[in-house]
Amino acid sequence: MSLSAACALAPNLNYRQRDPEAEAAALDRLAIWAGRYTPSVSLQPPSGLLLEVEGSLALLGGIKRILESIRHDLAEMGYTCMLGCAPTASAAWLLARGGSRKIVPCKRMIASEISPLPVAALDCSHKTLETLRAVGVQSIGGLLKLPRDGVARRFGQDLLDQIDRAMGKLPEARRFHIPPSSFAAELELGADVTHVEALLFAAKRLLIQMAGYLGSRCAGIHRYTLTLVHEGAPPTRMQIELVAPTREAAQFITLVRDRLAASALIAPVQAMRIEAGEILALAGDTRDLFQEQTGVSGDWETLVNRLCARLGKHAVQGLSPRAEHRPEHAWRAMPPGARAGTAPRAPRPLWLLEQPRPLKEAASRPHYQDGPLALIAGPERIESGWWDGADIKRDYFIAETTTHSTLWIYRERLQAGGWYLHGIFG
Amino acid sequence: MASMNSLAALLTHPAIWRGTQLGRVATPSLPSGFPRLDAELPGGGWPTAALTEILPQHDGIGELRILGHALAELSARGRWLAWIAPPYLPYAPALQAMGIDLDRVLCIKTRSPRETLWAIEQALRSRVCGAVLAWPDRISYAELRRLQLAAEGNAGLAVIFRAPRYERDTTPAALRLSLQTHAGDLAVRILKRRGSVLANPILLRPSQIVRRKKPKPHHVVDRPQFSMPAARIAAANTNAI
Repeated sequence: MSLSAACALAPNLNYRQRDPEAEAAALDRLAIWAGRYTPSVSLQPPSGLLLEVEGSLALLGGIKRILESIRHDLAEMGYTCMLGCAPTASAAWLLARGGSRKIVPCKRMIASEISPLPVAALDCSHKTLETLRAVGVQSIGGLLKLPRDGVARRFGQDLLDQIDRAMGKLPEARRFHIPPSSFAAELELGADVTHVEALLFAAKRLLIQMAGYLGSRCAGIHRYTLTLVHEGAPPTRMQIELVAPTREAAQFITLVRDRLAASALIAPVQAMRIEAGEILALAGDTRDLFQEQTGVSGDWETLVNRLCARLGKHAVQGLSPRAEHRPEHAWRAMPPGARAGTAPRAPRPLWLLEQPRPLKEAASRPHYQDGPLALIAGPERIESGWWDGADIKRDYFIAETTTHSTLWIYRERLQAGGWYLHGIFG
Repeated sequence: MASMNSLAALLTHPAIWRGTQLGRVATPSLPSGFPRLDAELPGGGWPTAALTEILPQHDGIGELRILGHALAELSARGRWLAWIAPPYLPYAPALQAMGIDLDRVLCIKTRSPRETLWAIEQALRSRVCGAVLAWPDRISYAELRRLQLAAEGNAGLAVIFRAPRYERDTTPAALRLSLQTHAGDLAVRILKRRGSVLANPILLRPSQIVRRKKPKPHHVVDRPQFSMPAARIAAANTNAI
C-alpha cells in the first residue's frame, strides 16, 4: 500500500521514514545488552538476535526465568519481542518468526514443532512464497512432504538448507558479536522533553543496556555520566558516583531519578547520552548460606548511594577516632563503612562543637547561658601540637550548668586566656 | 467460683485491653539498660518499627546517654546507626567509649528541612538502619505521620529529637518522652505511650547516667625539649665559660 493510499484511509496517520541505520544501531545495542545472558550472541539482521543460553541455564535459574527476564527488560526498553527457544539457532529463529511460544527441549521434537509453522517464517523471496501458496503449500510441514529434488530445483537449495539447519542435519556457523571495550549510548528523544518522568523513561532504556553490558563483562562501575543535550544551551553533564562498584540496573535508575528530581532542567532536552566510567572487575553475587531472616533487607551501599546522589558526596560520612591528644584532631571523617580505629579511653563528651565557643566569665567563674558553671572534674591538661603550628595549651574541666547539663569546657592557657565551651555530654 | 475463673480467663484474651495495662506490642523492643524505664515502656524497652520522640529540656542532660545501651547493642548486631542533621559533631572517641561500633555509623549532613525529611525517610525505608536518630528543624503532623509509616517497615529504632516547646503537640509517634532534670536526677516524663497514661516522671539516678567517680586526670604535655636551637644554646654556654 502506498503512503498516499494509507493517508487517505486514515487521515490522522502518524508516519515515519524507516531508518535502516538506526535499526542496525539499535540491534547492535541490544546485542551488547544480551551479553548479560550469554557470551555467545549473534546478530540476525535486520531484527533478530540469537542467544546461545544452554551454558547459562544453571547460573540464571532455568529457561523460563531467562525468557521472563528478556521479555521484561525488552519491554522496559520499549521494544516488543517474539521469543523462540530450541536446541538449534535456526529452529529458534523459525519458531520466533512463526510466532510459536513453545519451548522445544530436544532435537527430536524440532521436526514436529516447526511443521505447523507457516512457510513465510522461512527466509525466502516474495515470489517463492506466492508459488508455494499456488501449489497449496501453507506450512513447513507441507513443504517437507514435497519431493526434495523437485523443491531444490524449483525454489533453490537454500530453502531446504534452512530447514536442515533448523533440524540439526546441517552444521551452522555463526559469527558472535564482540562487545566494545567501553560503554556509551545515546538516545535521540522524539520531541523536546521537559518532564522529568519522560526523561527518566528514556534514561531507563540506556541504563538497562548498560547493566546488560556490565553483566556480559562480569564488571561493575562506580561512576557514570549522564549528559542531557539541549537546543540553544550548553549540554548538562551529571556525574553520578557510587560507593561500591555495581551493575544493578535498578540502582542506576534510582540514582538518576534522585538526581533529576533534585536539579532543574535549564532547557528542553533533545537527546541524552550515558557513559560508563572506568570498568572494574566485579564478581557475581554470592549469598550467605545462613543468611539472617530478621526482616533485614536492602543493602547499605544502596542507601549511601542514594543519599550521596542527592545530598552531595561529602554529606554522608563515617567516623573514626584518631590517636591524637588534641580533641579537635582526635577524630576524623571516613568513607562510610570503612574500618574505624580505636582511641584510648578518657572522659569525652558525645557532642563536640566544631568551633569552641567563648564563655562569659564573672567573679572568676565561667558562665553559660547566664548561670555560673560548677566544675565537677578536672583539670586535665592538654598541651600538644607544637610541631604543626596548631598547638594548644588548655586545661579541660567537666562542668555542670544550673540546669544540670554536663559540659566540657576548657581554660585557654595561651596569651589570650578565657573560658571556652568545647563539648556537651549529651 | 467457676464464673470468676472464666472471667479471669476471658480477661487474658489478647483482644481485651484494660485501662491500667500497658499496651501490647507486636514487634520486639530493645532494652534501654535502665530497668526503671523499661518497666514503664510497653514491651519492656525502646519500641522498634515505630517512631519515638525525645524532647530534652536542654542539650547535655543525658538525651544520648539514655539511648547508649540500645545503640551499642544494635551496632554490635551489625545494624547501621544513621545520625541525620545532628546539632553538633558526634564525637568519635566518646561514641566508641559508649560501646558503639563506629564502622556502622553514618553521619548525614543536610542543607534544608526538606532534605532532612527526605534523608530520614530514605534511611527508614532502606531497612538497613538499626537506629535512625534525627534532629529536624521543624516538622509537621503530616510529615511525622509519613515518617511513622516508613518506620513501621523498619525493624529498628526511629528517634526524632525535638525542642521542648512541642511538648503539647499532637503527634503520631508511638512514644514521646520529655527529659528534664530534677534535683540532679534525670526526670523522664512519658508524654505518650501505648496503653495507660503515666502521670509521674521516672527518675533515673545520675550514677546510672554519668559515672560520678572522679576521673583520673591524665595530662598530656608535649613540649619541645629545647626552646632554642641547640647551636645557639651551645654558643651561649661557651660564652658563659
